Amino acid sequence: MTTGTGRQRQRDSGVQPASGQAPAIVLRNVHKHFGHVRAVQGIDLTIEPGEIVALLGPNGAGKTTTIDMILGLSQPTDGQVSVYGTHPREAIDRGLVSAVLQTGGLLKDLTVRETARYTASLFASSNSVDEALKRAGISEIADRRVGKCSGGEQQRLRFAMALLPDPELLILDEPTTGMDVEGRRGFWAAIRQDAERGRTVLFATHYLEEADAYADRIILLRQGVVVADGSSAEVKSLSSGRTVRATLPDANEAELRTIPSADSVEVRGETVLIHSGDSDAVARYLLTATAAKDLEITARALEDAFIALTSAGDGRADASPGEQR
Amino acid sequence: MSAPSLEAEIGAKRAPSFGGINLTVLGLEIRRLLRNRRTVIFALIFPVVLFAFVGTNKSYANLPDGHGNVSAFLVVSMALYGAALATTAGGAMVSIERAQGWSRQLRLTPLSPVAYVIIKTLTAMVLGLSSVLAVFIVGRLTGVPHMYPGYGYLWFVCALCVWIGSLVFAALGLFIGYLLPSENVMQFLGLVMAVLAFAGGLFYPLKQAAQVLQDIAKWTPLYGLNQLVHAPLLGGNVDVMWVVNAVGWLLIFVAGAVWRFRKDTARV
Repeated sequence: MTTGTGRQRQRDSGVQPASGQAPAIVLRNVHKHFGHVRAVQGIDLTIEPGEIVALLGPNGAGKTTTIDMILGLSQPTDGQVSVYGTHPREAIDRGLVSAVLQTGGLLKDLTVRETARYTASLFASSNSVDEALKRAGISEIADRRVGKCSGGEQQRLRFAMALLPDPELLILDEPTTGMDVEGRRGFWAAIRQDAERGRTVLFATHYLEEADAYADRIILLRQGVVVADGSSAEVKSLSSGRTVRATLPDANEAELRTIPSADSVEVRGETVLIHSGDSDAVARYLLTATAAKDLEITARALEDAFIALTSAGDGRADASPGEQR
Repeated sequence: MSAPSLEAEIGAKRAPSFGGINLTVLGLEIRRLLRNRRTVIFALIFPVVLFAFVGTNKSYANLPDGHGNVSAFLVVSMALYGAALATTAGGAMVSIERAQGWSRQLRLTPLSPVAYVIIKTLTAMVLGLSSVLAVFIVGRLTGVPHMYPGYGYLWFVCALCVWIGSLVFAALGLFIGYLLPSENVMQFLGLVMAVLAFAGGLFYPLKQAAQVLQDIAKWTPLYGLNQLVHAPLLGGNVDVMWVVNAVGWLLIFVAGAVWRFRKDTARV
């Protein structure tokens, strides 16, 4: 588990990137400083077409700064950013990438449909406005003034606007901030449905459950560097490993401790709990060398990984592959 | 993202022509201006009402003035005032849009910042033209202003001069719009325009003012334009200082707008 290059999603359409095809996003040793503040301190990452990636991290981890550079809204102090092999600004001009950001207002005196028409007209080619409104679930408020729409409705309008150029890559920066649970669920349902068509999606969030539920790959940022990068299961196991639980009458605790990958062993009557960074090896041992049955393997919650990897001064983060690269 | 290869699809996508400027956007921008009641009242209705009050007064309206009468002279004055207000308001829309964050939203589209300024200028000029037409048409309908026989074409010449001249104030609007990000910038600019109109001699003959005021007036932004747009009607010589005044202020406002605009796009 290093970068995501090896684990790209293969879509039912059978689209396979031709060899030598440009990745959706490439960041090479990207730094961004604001005066003395080092918001991003050397990020390398590659996102392949078709991936759904979460950029996860606490406030101030550099998520928005990174996204701004991918969108060409700001320039890296050092390093290179390319989107589909071209400069971010050109990718926007050609409608290859679009975004739903936290900032960026809408004109209150236009209606929902007029705002979408305005945006659509700026692109060389665009999807139908009504289709985009429908996919964002706001067809029924198309004639409402934007100033009279709720925050969630305005966010869906931004999503509809982002769909207009039919972008290959969609970027969302904390898209559900300020939405209630229902609005959030509806918004993600719309995104997920859209991603089924094979669009690449990169979203920043500090909601762990969002990253866990909607991303194939999670990139964990802390203080402007990548501290972990992999599937949510991989990120979870990174900091904490998994717990293997089995029923094993007459367990020999000393013998169990000899399993090479076992970090800790606990015997409670007929139940054994073995904590390990390599739960597969533990399970294999239990099933082949002992009489263990009813095996259960549980990961620690992503939240534990998140806290472990993102809290400052935690030595454990240094062991993650994110920093070794 | 189905049939042909993704690569072919990416290769087929192009940036728009003219940096994204198109008629749909212009139409929507003009619709927005007309939806703003305050803009419509100040740019279209107010100058017309002002003319109806001062331009049809029987005690002087029919006195001769150049190739027409005083009332015709006042049609041109009020049209200039209206057009200057309208184009300032149009240009200053960037202020509201920056305050609301719309200009940042537009950075996610192919619309280039220069194209955005061009759209704002064109929109301001359309509003300015509406203001000119409103004053000229309503003025003619009152039947008071007239040109002497053979000089009817001066209506068109004067209207065109007013409209082209109002470009100076579209630039002022853009400059202020980039200088002050506020939703209420027009309240401030409305006051500024009234002062400039007095100083430029649009509301009363400058010759009646004290000499010191006349000397100051010659350096204010509406003075040169006011003289120039009345020149076809009055038929006298064109003073080069009028041109210097109008062009000078145009350059100052454009330079100011470019300066603030550069700062603004660098920051986004």
